[in-house]
Amino acid sequence: MLFFFIYAIIPPMKNSSYKKIISLFLAFLKTGAFTFGGGYAMIALLEREFVEKKKWIDHDEFVDMVAIAESTPGPIAINAATYIGYTTAGFWGALGSTIAVCIPSFVVIYTISLFFDRFLANVYVAAAFKGIQVCVCYLILSAGIKLLKKMKKEPMQIILFSAAVLAMVCITLFSVRFSSIFLIIIGAITGLSVWLISKALSRKGERR
Amino acid sequence: MNLYLDIFLTFLKIGAFSFGGGYGMIAVIRDSCLSKGWLTEEELINFIAVAESTPGPIAVNMATFVGSSRAGVLGSLLATVGVVLPSFIIILIVAALIKNLLKLAGVQAALEGVRPVVIGLIIATGFTMTLKVIFNVSSLISAVGSFRFDLRSAGILFMLILVAVIWKKFKKKSISPILLIFISAVCGVIFYK
Repeated sequence: MLFFFIYAIIPPMKNSSYKKIISLFLAFLKTGAFTFGGGYAMIALLEREFVEKKKWIDHDEFVDMVAIAESTPGPIAINAATYIGYTTAGFWGALGSTIAVCIPSFVVIYTISLFFDRFLANVYVAAAFKGIQVCVCYLILSAGIKLLKKMKKEPMQIILFSAAVLAMVCITLFSVRFSSIFLIIIGAITGLSVWLISKALSRKGERR
Repeated sequence: MNLYLDIFLTFLKIGAFSFGGGYGMIAVIRDSCLSKGWLTEEELINFIAVAESTPGPIAVNMATFVGSSRAGVLGSLLATVGVVLPSFIIILIVAALIKNLLKLAGVQAALEGVRPVVIGLIIATGFTMTLKVIFNVSSLISAVGSFRFDLRSAGILFMLILVAVIWKKFKKKSISPILLIFISAVCGVIFYK
């Protein structure tokens, strides 16, 4: 049974798909190397490349892909690479695209990490990073506020949001050891329970 | 536990629970790496700046950076594979077997609960980082008395907000994070040197 599942997902590579896999690899290498500032910038680039230029997937499927990438964990870029790779050239396409999109990051960051400490030892660089630290705080806060503006403002959302902010601030300031992963899990359970309860209530209402 | 195994498993966990793009995972990275003593708050903030101003997903950049600084090239490779693997497997399953999984009402309901929590985590992380950078407060228990208001960083924050608001007003779009990081670096050199 398990073997069947694995075989269904990972078939042996076909000869005919080599060319497609290589061009997927190159396309994602390029996307990995030129997308600054997170997933959403990359989505526009991917659409131009795969929907308009190469026509490997159509617009509707692309929109589906974005929705899937957003609602599964992990970086959007990785999710998109795996999905587009799989739909155009199967398992090996997915593997090739995912590796390709990571390679530029890996090479650039690994190289920087080798010199970073020496780089920071320079007084000017250290001063620059004092300023940059302020900027990082601003970027994180403004990203959060942007998402907050788009969030649905129903009671459950507002309660969960406020509880998460309060819990996380307290955890940090009082140095409590409690992983934020549990907060995410609590959120999922709350969402599911609210949905189940409201469904049960509306069914009860119908019966009357 | 073996350091390599620990790095791999930690980033596997981070990859599996980071919803909502790059900033969503910062809270998770932060409490994993800080509690293990792999990073200090200041190093973490520096890493975020580097990850933000180089190409590629922030998550992958952070994983490579932390892995490399803790355990060399093998560490960075393991961290990167770890952070990517959950996405890869989940998307493969979704694309291959259950394309409609995410349209199930139950899954959507759970995600409705996850979203506000993640937004809350991002804002709380930004808030506590600001406390640390501007007021030097990182903990209310251990750091009593070390409160120190940093006028220069508060000034930089004020300037950045001003620049971002003016930019949005005249250019009709948000200023790019990289340009903003560059401006703040220049401010840093002027104010702190």
